[in-house]
Amino acid sequence: MVDFWSSYAWPTVIILIQILAIVLPLLLAVAYLTYAERKVMAAMQMRRGPNVVGWWGLLQPIADGLKLMFKETIIPSGASRIPFLVAPMITFTLSLIAWAAIPFGEGIVIADLNVGILYLFAISSLGVYGVVVAGWASNSKYPFLGALRSAAQMVSYEVSIGFVLVTVLLCVGSLNLSDVVRAQQSIWFVVPLLPMAVIFFISALAETNRPPFDLPEAESELVAGYFSEYSAMTFALFFLGEYANIWLMSAMTSLLFLGGWLPIFGWEPFADGSVGQIIWHGLWFAAKIGFVAFCFLWVRATFPRYRYDQLMRLGWKVFLPVSLAAVVVTSGVLVFFDLLPNK
Amino acid sequence: MTVLNRTAKSFLLQELLSGMWLTLKYVFRPKVTINYPYEKGPLSPRFRGEHVLRRYPNGEERCIACKLCEAVCPALAITIEAEPRADGSRRTTRYDIDMTKCIYCGLCQEACPVDAVVEGPNFEFATETREELFYNKERLLANGDRWEAEIAANLQSDSPYR
Repeated sequence: MVDFWSSYAWPTVIILIQILAIVLPLLLAVAYLTYAERKVMAAMQMRRGPNVVGWWGLLQPIADGLKLMFKETIIPSGASRIPFLVAPMITFTLSLIAWAAIPFGEGIVIADLNVGILYLFAISSLGVYGVVVAGWASNSKYPFLGALRSAAQMVSYEVSIGFVLVTVLLCVGSLNLSDVVRAQQSIWFVVPLLPMAVIFFISALAETNRPPFDLPEAESELVAGYFSEYSAMTFALFFLGEYANIWLMSAMTSLLFLGGWLPIFGWEPFADGSVGQIIWHGLWFAAKIGFVAFCFLWVRATFPRYRYDQLMRLGWKVFLPVSLAAVVVTSGVLVFFDLLPNK
Repeated sequence: MTVLNRTAKSFLLQELLSGMWLTLKYVFRPKVTINYPYEKGPLSPRFRGEHVLRRYPNGEERCIACKLCEAVCPALAITIEAEPRADGSRRTTRYDIDMTKCIYCGLCQEACPVDAVVEGPNFEFATETREELFYNKERLLANGDRWEAEIAANLQSDSPYR
């Protein structure tokens, strides 16, 4: 019995606590990303944004969430019930489980996978299933068209994201996300790999279906795209999943290019391994994620939507060749100047 | 050279970055929206809002039941019935405005020879039922008493241009 407790039950409790410690703040962050989006866009359009519910409108996301919770979940009579209900769960779950491999500081990670990048890449690719299942199960033309667009778009941009990841991996020599951050101790990868960082960020916009690549949910043509038929909590799950994906992509950008938890110029006021240092690193990581997420909103407030053929052209005829060339150039430079890691 | 220039510009995302710089600058501009229920924008003295029926300073109602407003109303929103009163003066016994029909053109106010019916500065008279918008004489006179100060000032400041 003691054995059962110490080898199974206690670790399970620990893992549950770790999961809650990530998921609860994450969900709060997701809620407030919607608030931040409304406020940032309002500011850029010289408006005020939500400012009535709570101080400066700070309780607005809570009110929105409550509203969605108490609404009725409508299932269209033509829809396939089970896939229709499973699709939002897939999207939501996938956007959460990726966070298991994200390191928030030196050793502050639930699963320190040595294929962390591959794991994140796989999870973000799986995200397309939620969308496709939703579009198919709705049995309605707009969701169907939206799902088709979304599937094609996500698959196209994953190709260039994959090659961008390869260039980063060439410089790191490991697939472990903590190693990726450690390799940026001397210089953040955004400096030597700036074009790659830009391509990664733009592809991340397409991958998360954000403007200017939000064709899957182009409201002027497709109502709301693949989640047109969803209401109440099923809609909320899609919404939360989408915004959690924005945070995830921001976290990935920070880890791969902005040095993850590393402070700028190696500025370390706290002793190694102290609690202060862990918090300090966490704050830096949060600040970087926040900055990238702000860029997501900023781009949305600035650019009009792409046309679908332009989107495909950009993915296949610009990003793919450029990122392929970058892989060749990066590996060439690393070999020529004898900079390869893990020699 | 132009081709090179164009290629360099598009690869350096010059236009995109200048667009983003523009939106970033707008963040720090003053807001154009006002905090509506707490702050209100300015109204012209000619603003055509909710109707009122005015009284003379001695408390006698101005309307003499000439029915010019009823005749001119393009939306047929005004209904008037009149009878001579005991003192021999002509007054309305019924003066209804259907605010759901009214198009707020201001012709009734223009037609009135005694400045009795006036569109005041109030535009916040939304109701929860349709019936509440069928205004009768009491309601209109009460509006007149409530808004008299503002309306008198507005008529005064607008009179040189009439």
